[in-house]
Amino acid sequence: MTDSQLTPPASASDHAEGPEDAPVTLVEYGDYECPYCGMAQPVVKRAQRELGSQLRFVFRNFPLAEAHPHARTAAEAAEAAGAQGKFWEMHDTLFEHQDALAVEHLIGYAKSLGLDVEQFSRDLEAGTYGKRVRDDFRSGVRSGVNGTPTFFFNGERYDGSWANQESFIRALHDAAQHSHQGMHLAGDA
Amino acid sequence: MTESAQRQREPQILPAGAQAPDFALSATPNQTLRLSELRGRPVILVFYPADWSPVCGDQVALYNEILSEFREYGAEILGISVDGVWCHAAFSHDRNLHFPLLADFEPKGAVARAYGAYRAEDGTSERALFVIDADGIIRWSYCSPIAVNPGADGILSALESLPRKSAPAKTESIRAEAAEARP
Repeated sequence: MTDSQLTPPASASDHAEGPEDAPVTLVEYGDYECPYCGMAQPVVKRAQRELGSQLRFVFRNFPLAEAHPHARTAAEAAEAAGAQGKFWEMHDTLFEHQDALAVEHLIGYAKSLGLDVEQFSRDLEAGTYGKRVRDDFRSGVRSGVNGTPTFFFNGERYDGSWANQESFIRALHDAAQHSHQGMHLAGDA
Repeated sequence: MTESAQRQREPQILPAGAQAPDFALSATPNQTLRLSELRGRPVILVFYPADWSPVCGDQVALYNEILSEFREYGAEILGISVDGVWCHAAFSHDRNLHFPLLADFEPKGAVARAYGAYRAEDGTSERALFVIDADGIIRWSYCSPIAVNPGADGILSALESLPRKSAPAKTESIRAEAAEARP
């Protein structure tokens, strides 16, 4: 819907890169097997480079598992790696290998990232992070995610294009500026 | 702008409070589904322009993923477009869909017209959503711009705000049991 708001807001329980008090928080709901999310990955990376400490990036799982048979396990793999302190390393690896996301591939990535592979495999097999992935998904549905990737800027769904990198990054800069102004106004009051 | 041009631009879909027009449409090459057969539980009607077009694909894929959430409200979801049964069958198989797609095929778009959701200029239905309660009354309707996937949050909010009595007995008794089981 038009007034879609991120619920719940980004918090310490999310996977985040960048300072907590950055003026812009960019939240992505994504699916590791979704080709569009793969295409959006370098756009996010570029935004992170260009905005630096102005940007906090949060990733939440939104696996469209009926369409993408490996998406849910891949999401659990990122979470399992996260439990061992390597969420973002696995996240990047998965997006770099979207066509190789079967369990044996995931275990291979865990090995090359230096994870405790036995623990990692046990977590995948037991579905240890299934609930976490499911919770992310439900929050996305409630927040108005309508496909992948869906982005939120400071809690509001961004309906503009991400394929146009310039306009995406400009919109992030604008959001940062608005947020600064908001803080000044609050300070003046 | 003439009045008729304006009407064309702003479709007048049936609003909340209206009786949902009954219909019988083919769900598969040899099965017909009648809306009134579903009386007693909420029904989500999803009119969409066409099988295979990219936005619809995302929209039905999304609903397909969250069927379990709709079913928590005891709700049935039905997709409707002017595509024929064989087209629906192929699309449904390709996308691994677990809810019925109805063929508003002959007379073309008749059900969409009854709900005010037909685009005469394109010969397809609008991208329109209806939540119908257990008594067959429309409780929420929404027409999305044709290129925008409306998501599911509006549907879920509408289901949530349905009066308790319209939840089917089965769901009610499961909820009551769950409540009793709490310490």
